[in-house]
Amino acid sequence: MSMSTERAAAPEAGGQRAPEARATGRWGSVLLQLLRTPRVVFGLAVIAVMTVMAWVGPMISPWEFGERDYANFLQPPSPEHWWGTDNTGRDVFVATMVGLQKSIIIGLLVAVLSTFVAAIVGAFAGYFLGVTDRVLMWITDLMLVLPSFLILAILYPILRNQGWMVFVGLLAAFLWMVTAKMVRGMTISLKEREYVLAARFMGVPAWKIIFRHIIPNMSSLLIVDATINVSSAIIVETSLSYFGFGVQPPDVSLGSLISVGARQAVTHPWTFLFCTGLLVLLVLAVNLIGDGLRDALDPQSKRRS
Amino acid sequence: MTETITETGGAVNEAGDGATPVLEIEDLHVTFPGRGKSPDVRAVRGVSYGVRRGEILGIVGESGSGKSVSSMAAMGLLPDSARITGSIRLHGEELLGLDDKAMSARRGSRIAMVFQDPLSGLTPVYTVGDQIAEAIRVHNPKMAKEEVVQRAVELLELVGIPNARQRYRAFPHEFSGGMRQRVMIAIAIANDPDVIICDEPTTALDVTIQAQILEVLKTAQRETGAAIVMITHDLGVVAGFVDRVLVMYAGRPVEVGPVDEVYYRTRMPYTMGLLGSVPRLDLEEKVPLVPIKGNPPSLSALPPGCPFAPRCPIARDACREAEPELVPVGADGHTAACLRSAEIGEQGWTATDVYPVPEVAEAPAAALPRAERETVLQVEDLVKHHPLMKGAVFKRRVGTVYAVDGVSFDIVEGETLGLVGESGCGKSSTLMEILSLDRPQSGRVSLLGRTSGAMGARERFSVRRDVQVVFQDPMSSLDPRMLVFDIIAEPLRTHRYPGKKLRARVEELLDLVGLDPSHASRYPTEFSGGQRQRIGIARALALEPKLLVLDEPVSALDVSIQAGVINLLDELKARLGLSYLFVAHDLSVVRHIADRVAVMYLGKIVEIGEVDALFGAPSHPYTQALLSAIPIPDPEKERSRTHIVLEGDLPSPANPPSGCRFRPRCPKFLTLTEEEQHACVETSPQLEPTEQDDQAAACHYAEKRVVV
Repeated sequence: MSMSTERAAAPEAGGQRAPEARATGRWGSVLLQLLRTPRVVFGLAVIAVMTVMAWVGPMISPWEFGERDYANFLQPPSPEHWWGTDNTGRDVFVATMVGLQKSIIIGLLVAVLSTFVAAIVGAFAGYFLGVTDRVLMWITDLMLVLPSFLILAILYPILRNQGWMVFVGLLAAFLWMVTAKMVRGMTISLKEREYVLAARFMGVPAWKIIFRHIIPNMSSLLIVDATINVSSAIIVETSLSYFGFGVQPPDVSLGSLISVGARQAVTHPWTFLFCTGLLVLLVLAVNLIGDGLRDALDPQSKRRS
Repeated sequence: MTETITETGGAVNEAGDGATPVLEIEDLHVTFPGRGKSPDVRAVRGVSYGVRRGEILGIVGESGSGKSVSSMAAMGLLPDSARITGSIRLHGEELLGLDDKAMSARRGSRIAMVFQDPLSGLTPVYTVGDQIAEAIRVHNPKMAKEEVVQRAVELLELVGIPNARQRYRAFPHEFSGGMRQRVMIAIAIANDPDVIICDEPTTALDVTIQAQILEVLKTAQRETGAAIVMITHDLGVVAGFVDRVLVMYAGRPVEVGPVDEVYYRTRMPYTMGLLGSVPRLDLEEKVPLVPIKGNPPSLSALPPGCPFAPRCPIARDACREAEPELVPVGADGHTAACLRSAEIGEQGWTATDVYPVPEVAEAPAAALPRAERETVLQVEDLVKHHPLMKGAVFKRRVGTVYAVDGVSFDIVEGETLGLVGESGCGKSSTLMEILSLDRPQSGRVSLLGRTSGAMGARERFSVRRDVQVVFQDPMSSLDPRMLVFDIIAEPLRTHRYPGKKLRARVEELLDLVGLDPSHASRYPTEFSGGQRQRIGIARALALEPKLLVLDEPVSALDVSIQAGVINLLDELKARLGLSYLFVAHDLSVVRHIADRVAVMYLGKIVEIGEVDALFGAPSHPYTQALLSAIPIPDPEKERSRTHIVLEGDLPSPANPPSGCRFRPRCPKFLTLTEEEQHACVETSPQLEPTEQDDQAAACHYAEKRVVV
């Protein structure tokens, strides 16, 4: 065979390709860049510490969640109660840690769920266009104009007996629309890519093209979006809980703790400061990671060295 | 080594101050520091040249050879992070080290630049006139406003914009690409610069527009007497346009000299390879192209010795030890950086002597006469009109884009049909209509006897096996998230190829297209453009199709790589008995690969016929103009040709002219009497066979004419 003209040239001699394109692959280089960005490292560290604290904290504390110290109501932090006690004699440290657990779980689940829904709806609408697009976008627009906070506030008390998983579903149901619109736009442009055309012309069914070529090639957008959704989910969850619509007693979340503490923030600051501080720190950390991810994945936003 | 370049030189048109070069670059080095751990990129390593008044210097090289970077350095347009050493002198004044403010005073007034992309060169929010006026005023702040406007209008007239005074107020989006490039040239010559640097000024344009722009550049040079530095990869443009040529490879000049010397007495194997790998429009005989094996070296990890040595078929051990200097090898300051240049000169070697020429077998089916072979694809009167809609809520139709308007052709077994035309003529729409296998708006498409739109889902799926496609852009035709193995296996898996044999088949395919089977476990980003295109071809061949649709498969590749891919396509066709529908705008490539050619203009085929007959003696005025506009990489031939330069741009397919669509630009139409013109205005010409054979032209007054 005489066509081995390029066989001798292994790809390592491949012109002036960007060094990122080397064997490490795209994700490798993204990870490297992330780890070189101080704010991302800070965000990751904060989240890691908080997660460990949230699950390990209650175990090492001498107090159980739900256990009440009837000798101490509203006591300031002491060696016995690290972060003090609240109105009913609960240990604030344990309660806050349990609330943090719930907030982290709800934030993550809602983000993943809403991004997943957004990816599917957006990709199908953008790929098929026509009637599918019109119906799906009609639903999306409808969801967008509904006052989500009000509806959640009305619906949740009715469904509260089903447990907090229903709450996760409801929250996700009101968070996916903007992402879905973005995904739709990207799908329309990805659809014209030649590898998608090639797959179509070799007879690959549409749904396979969507899952094999379109969604994986949007993964950077989806990951960034999911990260940003984590913080908005946490905020919506806490604000709902703050108003008493979200997580219901005996469950606690950061929101319900803040709502209790807020009333006595001046007189008994420990019931308010710790949970609020943790919430601010958590959302800040998630946003820092999201920011860093977007910079690492989007070559346009890379600053010149 | 630099003196030899600057002392002697090509034709100096003006004797005035011909003694000293206007722009002189000496031992220029440009290094981009690597970020993080990545090594530095040494983009330019020791470039020296000088251009005099009225001289045109061509800089040729493949992408990444440092040709643009060296000129950007001269303009002071490189980012601050670049390390630049050496010397850049304009009229003897050192430019290197000047701050941005001092450079700005010289940029535009004494040294100007024309960029490649006319679409992004103009600000969309200002009128073109204001942008030219700005260029004038910035260097002549005292000039009166009326004077500036007057000068801008003069410049617009000079670069050939009709109704310059009215068009002064037009916005860039109202101009076509060619017109915008004219405006860019007007801006460049606004202040009578001494040097104009043109960075691939015609690469983004169609050939007929390219011919216009080259004319404008010649006019501009006549008017200003400036020296022009012409950066291009097109050896045809260089042959006809420049006085001296500098060939760059891996950041260094490897051969410099007057254009005839370099083209006819080539002394450097790389230049030979470049010249040998260009398909020639003017050669009837089909000779395989000379591919240069391998890829250009990475500028961040250069091998010791001659950077071309790893790809050079006549490299010796000495070549790998030290990098050769440019040494004089012939008359008129012809220098080459090759240890064996003397030997090459003595033996009179040409590209075919130096490079092993692959043999290309003849397709077995080609032995049969055309009429007896099976028809693979038949397209009859295919129509694709896009509606133009207006309004947000209630859409109403305000017009129709006649993308494809009655196209008919057929392809038989083992045949290659080249579908050519300028951008916007409907080539790609035709392809998409054929590949979609949907029922066309009107007309009939039948593949292997089965008609599109009349098949059931299962039959349609099975027809997909027989028609596969290779796309233009090797960057976007492979899914970047998939391994090469999965990419090639995708069609096989889709069509339920037995899983056990999958790996063997993928390896066989990789081998078939000349890649190492072990590359299957890599990602597409790890490959160069030519290799990716080979992967694309392997994917298309996986299902053993009968017809391969090639949508500009080589237009995104460098010439030396392009030659390898074209040879591969030639060989595959012969070995596998494939038929090709080859869409391209590069007629030289089509002449090389196609058996028959169809020329499209505004959604219609204007001429179709057997390749040698059609290229030898085209009978439609458009084909003649198209062929005549293509520069041939042969300086003497190119200088002696007269180009038919078409007026104006391609009309919008939404509003085609009545009768013959080519009428408004047709050079023949102008020579006709009023009565004869009547037919062109009234009736649209049909494809009529001309004389014998199966050549047919859609022109009322078709007449064969030799143009190449």
